[in-house]
Amino acid sequence: MTLQSLLPPLVGGMLIGLAASSYLLFNGRIAGISGIVGGLLQRRTQERHWRAAFVVGLVLAGLLLVPVVPDAFVNPLSRSTGALIVAGLLVGAGTRLGNGCTSGHGVCGLARMSPRSLTSVLTFMGTGAASAFAVNHVLGGAL
Amino acid sequence: MKGLITAALSGLVFGAGLVVSGMTRPDVVVGFLDLLGPWDPSLGVVMVGALLVHTPLRRVIDHRTAPLCSTSFSRPTRRDIDGRLVGGAALFGVGWGLAGYCPGPAVVSALPGGPKAITFVAAMLGGMLLVHFLDGFAATRVARTAAAEAGR
Repeated sequence: MTLQSLLPPLVGGMLIGLAASSYLLFNGRIAGISGIVGGLLQRRTQERHWRAAFVVGLVLAGLLLVPVVPDAFVNPLSRSTGALIVAGLLVGAGTRLGNGCTSGHGVCGLARMSPRSLTSVLTFMGTGAASAFAVNHVLGGAL
Repeated sequence: MKGLITAALSGLVFGAGLVVSGMTRPDVVVGFLDLLGPWDPSLGVVMVGALLVHTPLRRVIDHRTAPLCSTSFSRPTRRDIDGRLVGGAALFGVGWGLAGYCPGPAVVSALPGGPKAITFVAAMLGGMLLVHFLDGFAATRVARTAAAEAGR
């Protein structure tokens, strides 16, 4: 790990902070991805068209950047389809139950110094560390 | 119309930030979460970078009475910490540590990330719908009980 290798995460993080700020300044809303996506899946929801436009932007970012940096989308982890389904269900249900994920609680909530967000971040970092440890050091790195 | 464009551009820049920062690589994410492996600080640096920009900007923005494309802000108002918040975050963390995807990177990777990413995203949407269904079911039961009580 060199200082130079920390530059892309720093710049990328700053872009995320900028995007969250512009969504707040122009649309007046919190850039929490699980809330935006979850809201799209609900019948009665506020500002459905803005949520849809934000998700289109996210998807477009992937499609536009994959020819430029194909390595950024590689997933070298050994995970079975069953493991991915269980993980996806946990992430989907957990973020809706807990009202947010890494973006809504982690970036927007911590920037507001919200006690709910701090609690959420400490909790999901803790259980995330525990499950990553279990997969890598108890189950031998594959699932 | 202007709001649609600013929402899409915000999503585009957010997604680009996730790609540039390496967060669309599940091995980078798990490399941060696994403290006993060859530790990768990237995810922590991403959060620091995002907070460095967003914390001062949101303070300035919060002085406004209204956003530029809408009549009012929609800000979270709850301050209470309940079991649902902690339990939900705990479940989310377990899934995150298993697969290395959280919702943002998963959506960005859904189409270019191959079968693993799309499988994860489909299951994630299923998990969200499951909570909505159970919440709707619980709300209906509460309403029915209240109606029965009132009718008695």
